[in-house]
Amino acid sequence: MNILIKNGHIIDPANKVDGKFDLLVADGKIGKPGKPGSLPSNGAQVVDAAGKLVVPGLIDMHVHLREPGYEYKETIAAGTAAAKAGGFTAVCCMPNTNPVNDGRSVTEFILSQAAKAGAARVFPIGAVTKGSKGEELAEMGELHDAGCVGVSDDGKPVMSAAVMRRAMEYSKIFDIAVISHCEDASLAAKGVMNEGFVSTELGLRGIPNAAEEVMTGRDIMLAELTGARLHICHVSTAGSVRLIREAKQRGVKVTAETCPHYFTLTEEAVRGYNTMAKMNPPLRTAEDVGAIKQGLKDGTLDVIATDHAPHGLDEKSGEFDGAPFGIVGLETAVGLSLKLVQEGVLTMTQLIECMSTAPGRIIKSGGGTLSAGAAADITIIDPGMAWTVDAGAFKSRSRNTPYDGWKLTGRAVQTIVGGRT
Amino acid sequence: MALSTKDLLGIKGMAADEIKLILDTAATFKDVSERDIKKVPTLRGKTVINLFYEASTRTRTSFELAGKRLSADVINISTSTSSVTKGETLLDTARNIEAMKTDMIIVRHACSGAPEYLAKRLKSSVINAGDGFHEHPTQALLDMFTIREKLGRLDGVTVAIVGDILHSRVARSNIYGLAAMGATVRVCGPPTMVPPGIEKLGAKVFFDMDEAVQGADAIMMLRLQLERQAAGLFPGVREYARLFGLNRARLDRVGKSAIVMHPGPMNRGVEIASDVADSSSVILDQVTNGVAVRMAVMFLLSGGAKAEA
Amino acid sequence: MTNSKEKALILDRSAIDRAMTRVAHEILEKNKGAKYIGLIGIQRGGVHLAKRLAEKIKAIEGVEVPVGSLDITMYRDDLNTRKSQPVPQATDITFDIKEKAIVLVDDVIFTGRTIRAALNSIMDYGRPKRIQLAVLVDRGHRELPIRPDFVGKNLPTSAREKVEVSLAEDGLEEKVVIFEE
Repeated sequence: MNILIKNGHIIDPANKVDGKFDLLVADGKIGKPGKPGSLPSNGAQVVDAAGKLVVPGLIDMHVHLREPGYEYKETIAAGTAAAKAGGFTAVCCMPNTNPVNDGRSVTEFILSQAAKAGAARVFPIGAVTKGSKGEELAEMGELHDAGCVGVSDDGKPVMSAAVMRRAMEYSKIFDIAVISHCEDASLAAKGVMNEGFVSTELGLRGIPNAAEEVMTGRDIMLAELTGARLHICHVSTAGSVRLIREAKQRGVKVTAETCPHYFTLTEEAVRGYNTMAKMNPPLRTAEDVGAIKQGLKDGTLDVIATDHAPHGLDEKSGEFDGAPFGIVGLETAVGLSLKLVQEGVLTMTQLIECMSTAPGRIIKSGGGTLSAGAAADITIIDPGMAWTVDAGAFKSRSRNTPYDGWKLTGRAVQTIVGGRT
Repeated sequence: MALSTKDLLGIKGMAADEIKLILDTAATFKDVSERDIKKVPTLRGKTVINLFYEASTRTRTSFELAGKRLSADVINISTSTSSVTKGETLLDTARNIEAMKTDMIIVRHACSGAPEYLAKRLKSSVINAGDGFHEHPTQALLDMFTIREKLGRLDGVTVAIVGDILHSRVARSNIYGLAAMGATVRVCGPPTMVPPGIEKLGAKVFFDMDEAVQGADAIMMLRLQLERQAAGLFPGVREYARLFGLNRARLDRVGKSAIVMHPGPMNRGVEIASDVADSSSVILDQVTNGVAVRMAVMFLLSGGAKAEA
Repeated sequence: MTNSKEKALILDRSAIDRAMTRVAHEILEKNKGAKYIGLIGIQRGGVHLAKRLAEKIKAIEGVEVPVGSLDITMYRDDLNTRKSQPVPQATDITFDIKEKAIVLVDDVIFTGRTIRAALNSIMDYGRPKRIQLAVLVDRGHRELPIRPDFVGKNLPTSAREKVEVSLAEDGLEEKVVIFEE
């Protein structure tokens, strides 16, 4: 089935395209764009994209699909359906499943489940260490061979600097990114929210900014030592942004991501012991939010990922201390991230760069572009559509979001994966 | 005059006249405990549950006596004797208890916010008997009652709170309450145990105890949890006692006769020297007043027709 | 109060004083002197009247009778149905009530529920020889089988009316008036 997308505004940062073009998709591949009305349909399905943005398929390089092991939270089928509903044509799933994705069998299982589901593409991230225990390196070669596009012990920091050093060195064989969840566990010290005035008032254990920044600094130094590709996950503090900016200026091969909650919410959201605002790293202060936005604007932060972390409502209910960290994000990310454009922080091109082009480049999936001949992963966004977040309508199995009821402007209206609508 | 809420979860946000109402009411209830027949029928037919997820002999007994002196039926549930050990959620436990038609649930919990969580979901009045490091409102009320009783006022009084401020719900509730009543609050402890932003709650921070207690009208010593040493928050008991303990010599240097308080239980020889505790403190008055204050709170929360649910 | 209007003046200053004098005499007569008498005023109006009765008894008999005050809040039967809780006043009974003839004093008797609460409360302080009741105004409408022993003024009222006693001790013009709601 061929598709002709007409009258849309194409934004393709990789090819520096920003204007009104028609686009033909044939045999699952992208064709050359043409002036509006210039391309014959030849029986193709016509999609009228007037007033909408046609962009390379969005890639969320940080999600938790929970399968295998925690299917009550999320499945690969439900998670990829949520991705597609949210405008993502591809997601990278973190290895903290049960069992941990530290070998070929789990990777292949994930890929076969994803193929069966047939929604968004799934690019697994393998574990850095066996069982993500931070001790022995996982078999990175086998993981890479099976289809993993990066390695991470996400959720658990690699506390030993020596192990991290060896992981980075070893990753160079495959030229894959080591994706680091930067958190010094001894400084985080069982904290449950940002350390500051609000944690003092609420009497909750705090996680200082330094818990993240100490590790960000360490991993940057190790990247510098080893020359490996380092990607820093979910940056939440002004200090981390500063460290990454300086590292990039020195030429260190570091990329970094942040998440919509780190530029739309602060620690104030925790008041009332709201477990939907409990995440790791924790929501920080307004000052940090400002630095995150600046980091996105000046390119210090390359990627917007969601850290989609589904949890059952029973788990998220109850005592704040006992609730798990994390929120679902796939179905709210586009609407929340468009705020950056609406506020004038990013241009639309920069936003698409953060949500598609840059992650495609980092995981080397071949996605993130509308180049002729590339796989037809395309997202169509209506930037002006006003809508209200309804967690009850999520495709994800979980509903743990602090954004339920938020009024947003702009959302993905069509997600085309490999030429299939 | 009435309390504005169904529950008592914290002192934060309480107006001075609400605090005064509770203290004034407590004064009349204090007389009941002085009589031969230490019982009034005020809460006859009411059922009060002491739901304690953390061990506490003193606070639980105080609430129990308060309830019984008001003629309520008081049931104690503590972690070791309930289905908590079977892994039932907090809410399920509380809902099951409420299904037995209770009127008031008094909650002590190691997690901050647990009483607030229950209060939002239960019809019963919830009284916070101490949650995590958050608040311990009835302790602050009995402390304020005791200071007012001994000094005649709260307005203009200077109170020094000394010890582990970081992990202290007693300190937080007292800071809110004393500040609302016009007192000056100083907090003092090792910097490892002073939480960030505490001065924004209305307290001045000191790391030198002699400075902190100089000219104070009341000195409130906090219990040192000895296990904090293992967490690296202080190097040892001996040094802690030397820097942050209240002994005779230090008390004599205060310059005027300050009242000495402690929420209990005390570590004698650590944060407070025995002779100070035994001869110069109002610690047992605090305990006595605790019953009266808790009677007042239970009475004021027990009106049948609430302004709004 | 804003909608209620004063309907009639029932007692003025001198009428109140005459009534209290008579009640003092009746108390002495019924108890055969002042020897065993203890006066307990019910908060708040009854406390002032109990003190006045003590003065009058002293003037008549030359004997100081003990006076106490009693707050019945903790013994009320309507705590569950009120919107806000009443603020309890002090109970101050410094004499031993055992073997005493206690005269409870209140300003107005209406349903009798206050007196019921007062009787329960008194019992918790000890076991008096007997308890009598003196009131300045009996306005009727009893809901309990309670009858005052000494009455300053019997005043038939309708249930919608309100009787208000103002006393000089509270800094008010001394009078008993009847209001219509």
